[in-house]
Amino acid sequence: MILPLRLEAVSFLDVIKPLSLELGAGPSTIILGANGAGKSVLMRLMHGLLRPTAGRISWSSNGRQAMVFQRPVMLRRSALDNVMYALRVAGVAAAERPAMDALKEVGLADLAHRPARVLSGGEQQRLALARAWALHPEVLFLDEPTASLDPSAAREIENIIRAFDAAGTKIVMATHNLGQARRLADEVIYLHQGRVLERTPVAEFFSKPATAEAAAFIKGELPWA
Amino acid sequence: MKDIFLDLRLWEIVVLSLQVSLSAVVLATALGLPLGAAVAVGRFPGRHALIVLLNALMGLPPVVVGLVVYLLLSRAGPLGELGLLFTPAAMVLAQTVLITPIIAALTRQAIEDAWREYEEQLRSLGAGRMSAALTLVWDTRFSLLTAVLAGLGRASAEVGAVMIVGGNIDGVTRVMTTTIALETSKGDLPLALGLGVVLIAIVLVINAAAMVIKEAAQRRYG
Repeated sequence: MILPLRLEAVSFLDVIKPLSLELGAGPSTIILGANGAGKSVLMRLMHGLLRPTAGRISWSSNGRQAMVFQRPVMLRRSALDNVMYALRVAGVAAAERPAMDALKEVGLADLAHRPARVLSGGEQQRLALARAWALHPEVLFLDEPTASLDPSAAREIENIIRAFDAAGTKIVMATHNLGQARRLADEVIYLHQGRVLERTPVAEFFSKPATAEAAAFIKGELPWA
Repeated sequence: MKDIFLDLRLWEIVVLSLQVSLSAVVLATALGLPLGAAVAVGRFPGRHALIVLLNALMGLPPVVVGLVVYLLLSRAGPLGELGLLFTPAAMVLAQTVLITPIIAALTRQAIEDAWREYEEQLRSLGAGRMSAALTLVWDTRFSLLTAVLAGLGRASAEVGAVMIVGGNIDGVTRVMTTTIALETSKGDLPLALGLGVVLIAIVLVINAAAMVIKEAAQRRYG
């Protein structure tokens, strides 16, 4: 197990103020916050794409983790080849079978041989999830994965995220969509101006937020959620 | 004017021109493509200066390249012992020097743009810089084709460098551009015009092919 993930007094420029956090296996963690609260930066610090300005980030051991971004980046090759590329980089030699299985899991088996970049936005995001699925990550980071998708495509993405959860992958997702947080979260980390203001079970967060900022965020956001 | 295209001399000159320029393009691609890719994704001291230098060298005057290569290859020069001066090999060398910066600079630009788009995703998947660079070269292959053809266009059209290091020797180092220059000054306009037509046709075909390939690839791969 690579979890728990420990952040000790981690800061990044003045986007993330020194914070300590421990993420264990199990519950799906949703990072909520307004635009500019530091959600994306926090996820990139955890995933290792950014190095903290100060503090320490440590996993309990080495293991697979994956990240899905708001805008998927696909290579100029077929959908299947995109998944196989990820497997090969991860050192899997016989990549075709697991890649095909991953495409089936997200419902893209029929489009396996289509060039990835001509797929629709929703299909590309599902392909990004298939790429992650093939790796069997212990932790999956998702940075606003449905922010640029229409509601039905977003629902499909949410179903796949549930399948990851059911398969035992720890979900860590950033969003500013409260409806999505309610549907997918077990616990909520509320981020405000680079600080963790709350970390509570999802029901408690929405029924009785402990801070005025979180209460205002819930009130302000709900009409559009 | 029509008979000029039946002249065997003309076609010998065309063939030699293509041999020289294509050889130079192959060498310049072998050097310039990895160099451009390395500068695009690498992080090392002097990187910025190297980019400025590459961009500046894109505009190298062919006569200056010819002069420098001439000095290198002349009997008293450091490479004089090879005896390459006034041979096609010398012309290939001069054109390689001329177009390597063009291919390197255009490659650097294409790969750096792609790197900006792909970096987070490739690092997230765990690809190292070397393997990421190879992935980017493959993914931008159609843009890189344009870079290579820009080099070919420049090589086949220049006259200054091949004139100096080749010497424009009849039947040995006489290529299309040097022949046009010579025949025009001698007043033999039909041969000069005939070669001019062939030269323009070659450049047109190359550029049309590049455009067709790139657009087809754009539609196919997005």
